[in-house]
Amino acid sequence: MSDKVIKKEELPNVLKILKETYEVFVPVKEKGFYRFKVLEDENKVDLNFTNTRLSPKSLLFPQSERMFEYSLDEADEDAYVIKEPPKDYAPTVVVGMRPCDAKALRLVDVNFVNPEFKDPWWARRLESLTLIGLGCKEPCSTCFCTSVNCGPFNEEGLDVLLFDLGKNYMARAITEKGAQLLKLAGVSEDATSDLNKQAEESKAKAEKQIISHVPTDKLKEKKAIDLFDASFWDEVAFACLNCGTCTFLCPTCWCFDIQDEVNKKKGDRIRNWDSCMFPLFTLHASGHNPRSEKVQRVRQRFMHKLKYYLDKYDNGVACVGCGRCVNYCPVNIDIREVFKLMNET
Amino acid sequence: MKNPYIPFPMRIDNVVIETDDRDIKTFSLSFIHKEDEASFAYIPGQFAELSDFNKGEAPFGMASSPTQKGSLEFTIAKAGVVTTALHNREVGEIVGVRGPLGNGFPVDTLRGKNIVMIGGGFGFSTLRALTTFVLDEANRPTFGDITVIYGARNPGQLLYKDDLEQWGKRHDLNLYLTVDSRDDEWSGRVGLIPQITKEIAPSAENAYILVCGPPVMIKFTLPVTREIGFLPERTLLSLEMRMKCGVGMCGRCNIGSKYVCTDGPVFSCAQLSGLLFDES
Repeated sequence: MSDKVIKKEELPNVLKILKETYEVFVPVKEKGFYRFKVLEDENKVDLNFTNTRLSPKSLLFPQSERMFEYSLDEADEDAYVIKEPPKDYAPTVVVGMRPCDAKALRLVDVNFVNPEFKDPWWARRLESLTLIGLGCKEPCSTCFCTSVNCGPFNEEGLDVLLFDLGKNYMARAITEKGAQLLKLAGVSEDATSDLNKQAEESKAKAEKQIISHVPTDKLKEKKAIDLFDASFWDEVAFACLNCGTCTFLCPTCWCFDIQDEVNKKKGDRIRNWDSCMFPLFTLHASGHNPRSEKVQRVRQRFMHKLKYYLDKYDNGVACVGCGRCVNYCPVNIDIREVFKLMNET
Repeated sequence: MKNPYIPFPMRIDNVVIETDDRDIKTFSLSFIHKEDEASFAYIPGQFAELSDFNKGEAPFGMASSPTQKGSLEFTIAKAGVVTTALHNREVGEIVGVRGPLGNGFPVDTLRGKNIVMIGGGFGFSTLRALTTFVLDEANRPTFGDITVIYGARNPGQLLYKDDLEQWGKRHDLNLYLTVDSRDDEWSGRVGLIPQITKEIAPSAENAYILVCGPPVMIKFTLPVTREIGFLPERTLLSLEMRMKCGVGMCGRCNIGSKYVCTDGPVFSCAQLSGLLFDES
């Protein structure tokens, strides 16, 4: 399918059509930051954003999710029978997802759909999603996507990629799902070769504008044990508060906890995001804690992303270069520096 | 594919208080739905997530052998929130079981070999499962010599006293029991596992050695197993880490790039030598 064109003034109409079939998520500015929310008024959609503060992983993997419910009341016929509460798998479109965040979903997918087990909620939600990405024509100084097999107009994980070309968007269908969606939305006008050229120029310009680069070429061949025993971890971890902000904002962090919450005779089993930054994450009931020290936890986070993931799945590093952890770390720990230390030392 | 988070409901049929201090109990559970039993095909060394509906889940190795039909056994030390809640459960009550999980002992590789099992304290539960398994009438001829070395802090801490008595009478099993410190009634060995293992020095010929116990015991026993001739490839450990999901997703039980839940919990020393231990 050839690239299509959507005039900016037509976007509300396109979204209106999509709304009839899909649940539509768009970036919405709230208290100074953008986040993905259900589209309410298609005339007020604002795609002039850098990126959302929280990654959109929560659309598939909510920060807190009720897995099951059960009754503890012996009088109930199904006491102690664990049941899945109704969940929403309605077809959903996300408009304006950044290419890095879309790629991140592919990186996380290998965890939730592993050779032996499949996380049913993640898998079904991923199936129900159609992702309309928006290329980054103005990357930030902290973006380093081009160093980690990604890029401001990377297509992996997206169904449609939009190029912002002033008065128009050029829409490129990446998948069959994306082509179907464009068809349904009445987007049929082919992009002119001039527009196509503009899109390529915009992409090339954006890639050039990415000034942060990290080295990754030696990570694969390095021995995990040598990196683990490297002398730089104390320095990397020195200022860390173990606040967990990096893990919560990170589009490729997936760790979670499972807790039971009981109110009188009704119980819920709940899954919450967890963080390797927290001492309780690995604390055994016996009191033994294999990662009791801050430096061990900081090392675990970076080793997991840049080495263990690479070794386990042979799928690149678990980082898409979005720069969120760089921007929001309260003590300025910079993963780009850790890349250098791990790759070069 | 089936939802890997849904536990089977099981009824508590029996509870054995294993130790003098009453802190370790063995729960015998039966499936409420018969069809669940058919889907719970396991081997010794595998584990399951046990649910107390109220307090949550925790992982435990099966202490029973798949040759014992109709029930599963779990030996549980009272330590944290879930284990304390389970300890307060009584016969007839319902708990949840999710599994079987993990790789288990390489039973087929062990066939035709001599097996040396070294267990310390509470870590003995899955070796008890393996011992029961190899002693099963149909299985016993398929294994070579079986040696079990089992130690506890004191005689009151030895688990499975009925089994130990039965096994002690058998001629097709070499059983060595030891305690760190004796009481008035104890007439057996006194000494730590590494030292006793060195004294007994079981032959490494055509043999595998399996070591399960607290980290400190493993640390001091491994040099001994090496000294008496067991290669790292034939020295197997069963590791413990905190787990939530048990299915390779929640991210906390890794040792380097391996997950204890899905890649283990049983590893050979050869597999572990390139991995990393966070030892505080």
